[in-house]
Amino acid sequence: MNKTIRGAAYVVGDAIDTDQIIPAEHLVYSLSDPEERKYYGRYALSGVPQGQQGLPYGTRPFTRDDTFRSAYAIVVGGSNFGCGSSREHAPFALQEAGCTAVVAESYARIFYRNAVDGGFIVPFESIERLVERVRTGDFLEIDTTLGKLANRTTGEEFLLKPLGDVAEILKAGNVFEFARQAGFMPT
Amino acid sequence: MTITEKILARHAGRDRVAPGDNIWVDVDILMTHDVCGPPTIDIFRREFGADAAPWDKEKLVIIPDHYIFTKNHHANRNVELLRAFVAEHDLPYYYDPGTPSYKGVCHMALAEEGFNLPGSLLIGTDSHTCTSGAFGMFSTGVGNTDAALIMGTGKLWLKVPETMRFVFEGSLPPYLMAKDLILQVIGDIGTDGGTYRALEFDGEAVYDLPVHERMTLTNMAIEAGGKNGIIPADEKTFEYVRARTDREFEPVYGDQDSRYHTLKTYRVEDIEPLVAKPHSPDNRATVSEVAGTRLDRAYVGSCTGGKLEDFVAAAGILRGQEVVVDTYIVPATTWIGKQLHTTRVEGDTLYEIFERSGCKLGQASCAACLGGPSDTFGRTHGTEVVISTTNRNFPGRMGSKNASVYLASPYTVAASALSGVITDPREVLV
Repeated sequence: MNKTIRGAAYVVGDAIDTDQIIPAEHLVYSLSDPEERKYYGRYALSGVPQGQQGLPYGTRPFTRDDTFRSAYAIVVGGSNFGCGSSREHAPFALQEAGCTAVVAESYARIFYRNAVDGGFIVPFESIERLVERVRTGDFLEIDTTLGKLANRTTGEEFLLKPLGDVAEILKAGNVFEFARQAGFMPT
Repeated sequence: MTITEKILARHAGRDRVAPGDNIWVDVDILMTHDVCGPPTIDIFRREFGADAAPWDKEKLVIIPDHYIFTKNHHANRNVELLRAFVAEHDLPYYYDPGTPSYKGVCHMALAEEGFNLPGSLLIGTDSHTCTSGAFGMFSTGVGNTDAALIMGTGKLWLKVPETMRFVFEGSLPPYLMAKDLILQVIGDIGTDGGTYRALEFDGEAVYDLPVHERMTLTNMAIEAGGKNGIIPADEKTFEYVRARTDREFEPVYGDQDSRYHTLKTYRVEDIEPLVAKPHSPDNRATVSEVAGTRLDRAYVGSCTGGKLEDFVAAAGILRGQEVVVDTYIVPATTWIGKQLHTTRVEGDTLYEIFERSGCKLGQASCAACLGGPSDTFGRTHGTEVVISTTNRNFPGRMGSKNASVYLASPYTVAASALSGVITDPREVLV
């Protein structure tokens, strides 16, 4: 995990479930084949309904139709981000699109675990609701050691919750390195 | 300690655990399917070596069920990848599509094949793995990475959850099913009301339910964000398990002085037939509040609503009448599919009843519950308004993000299929 994470924000609402993050019809692609895995980047957040894509505008897709990478590096969401299925394809799709962090009020637990254990994206929890304080396209900078998010576009700063128990896994890189350190896997 | 805490303590080799403890547990069964199996195997090979063998062949169960009856090349390729992995390691518990061993929806198949054992710990690469908790065991869903770690080591780290206990007292009225009870709970606590927690179900109305109906309660624990759903085992559980396996098991029960995050008691006579309106399982309304809502489609199927009991309930209402909207019938497993031809309601088989009513009958699989490839049976493609016995109705869940899905019991779905509008089952149940 880098000390600083920066990039353009993509803002969505509450209860963004895994079907909105990556619709089930796209789960057929390989996550390891370099040609196939690109489609996860193309279809990341493509299930978010019209009117809610890239708030407050509502009509800005996360990844443009003719591309495989998103212009947005940090997703800002409301409560219960990642609810629904256990598909690890969801945090994977965000990473494949070029996203490095999500900042949400709260998470569904399997999405949160998958994000951390696979080392795909860093799931930060905001202390206050940011969906109305950040606009899609704003330039954000997260100081991961101080737990602070700065909106460089508006000049506002927000505190993030400490990463807590999972900081050790994020520091190790993924759950396999963590398991090796715990002695459950050969090094 | 609660039943959940005691099962976790036993599998962590500890005398005690408390909510919030991070522990490493030994996994009794790891289950995966055609969507998450291939990427799990890729990660397993990356981390443990191209030729590495799973930690214990007897504890790995692979049940393809999601995208089976499709021409989608990539989906069929994924089943091929599972087949090759099973052959490479000579794995005993694989249920191959296109052969007599094919089962269908993994959560029902685990029960039918005797993998759900009271007191045990089962992890699966599917959020509805919590279904197995109906057998007095700990079960939860994980992603591919966690599954790959288990595949290599048999171990997983878990945070011990607090427990929310829901007690259903009284005798279940004849117009209610388990689906109504769980929609009541999810409507009360919300789709994140159970996040990081165990949802324990208890009370005489729960123990009166057949084992399969109990699975509807635990199945939807995840729709409240729960880590696991659990129902302590009783004689019905033991009878079900012993009829299907001779594997040994040791039931676990919570202590009298267990501590709960929440204790909530319902009188089932006070509960109404319910729906979850679009687009969230906690968007609860009574059927009478939404009665008359125009429908394009009815759907009876999935791990939560495609069990034999669900079809018996629907057939009881549909018998001798014709549906007026497209009505899809999808048995969860091939065993249930066979029962449709032998189980009778007032002399007619379920199959005859559905066929004469004008229903469309599909083959055992997850089918349109989660949308799937474009040629999936029953999948939505436009602005359909659907009433469904499935468990999740977030935007796009059944295929089209412009479709609207109401979740309801098989009674309510069948009554609505006959009228083309949402209909209270009490109007047609005699």
